[in-house]
Amino acid sequence: MKNNEARPYWNPYIVGVGIGLLIILSFVVTGRGLGAVGAFNGLMASLVHAIAPDYAMSKGAYSAYLAGVEHPLKDWVIIEIAGVCMGGLLSGIVSRRFKFEVIKGPGISKITRLLFAFSGGLLMAYAAKFTRGCTSGLALSGGSVLSPGAWLFMISVFIGGYSVAWLMKKAWN
Amino acid sequence: MAPLQFNMEIPEALLLLFALLTGIAFGMFLEKAGFGNARKLVQQFYLTDMAMFKVLFSGIVTAMLGIYWLSYFGLIDITQIYINGTYIWPQVIGGVVFGFGFVMAGLCPGTSCVAVFTGKLDGLAVFAGIFAGLILFAETEPALSGIINASSIGDISLYEVFHMNYGVLTFLISLVAIASFWFAGRIEERFSKQTKGPSL
Repeated sequence: MKNNEARPYWNPYIVGVGIGLLIILSFVVTGRGLGAVGAFNGLMASLVHAIAPDYAMSKGAYSAYLAGVEHPLKDWVIIEIAGVCMGGLLSGIVSRRFKFEVIKGPGISKITRLLFAFSGGLLMAYAAKFTRGCTSGLALSGGSVLSPGAWLFMISVFIGGYSVAWLMKKAWN
Repeated sequence: MAPLQFNMEIPEALLLLFALLTGIAFGMFLEKAGFGNARKLVQQFYLTDMAMFKVLFSGIVTAMLGIYWLSYFGLIDITQIYINGTYIWPQVIGGVVFGFGFVMAGLCPGTSCVAVFTGKLDGLAVFAGIFAGLILFAETEPALSGIINASSIGDISLYEVFHMNYGVLTFLISLVAIASFWFAGRIEERFSKQTKGPSL
């Protein structure tokens, strides 16, 4: 292996067991699992609050994250996601995978890829409001404490994913 | 007894430090699995690389068994832990739409953070999309509150729904997991030979 070559990926089962142990630790200490989209909710609410406080308090989608919180940025899940960013950065550097680039299939332009990425992000955030969580907070954490909704969500994500995959084939492979 | 936060005094700063360290480990695991790369992650849906399924399901089973045995030996009070509430239709329909978004983005909200912080600009576009989605939701919420709160069955767990023993259910799920890991390996083998999946 050349020195500047990206390091190999870890075995997915080792990563899975590692994340599972992390979730156990999180439940033992705090009584809840890991999350992700909740951090975006909190950040968005405090951002809107900083620009237009009255407006933020008038919208239920924002005020829910502002009421009774001393400072929204001291929220557990926001700190946790800040950690995810740092951990990703550290591991990306160590594994020599840090690189400014657009990840896409060979058949589409960069602009198309970025538009798909934006639209996908929009759909996920909107949907996560209905599901009350994403792949981390609902599927992983909720799934491990046997929340029926978490399992329904997970099965539905795979159904949704596989049903549009053929439409998106050119974008990826 | 766990959860520690509810049964002993833990300074807030220490909890936030724990959140940061947990997050760092989570981010490193996701990056090491290759999940900062949308094209690798999305191969799940083309059956050429089932890493997403493997990580997700082995993570769930590990945590599920750990929490079960901790509660079996009286080390964690299961009534004090947070169980995500179930809203049948919002989670089913929302899940399908989330799946559409996942295949378009190639990343989920958590892995998009890893993508951005390893320099992937498509991750930034996912970030922007997430914020746009949240703005759109805040503006449209009043018209949707009926749908969002429909078919709630509360914060119950699967073994209560099925009137089953907690331990028996975790055992059955573990068996399903082992079978599905074997099956995932076979599928991967067959499809990566057929299409000679992209080199990532």
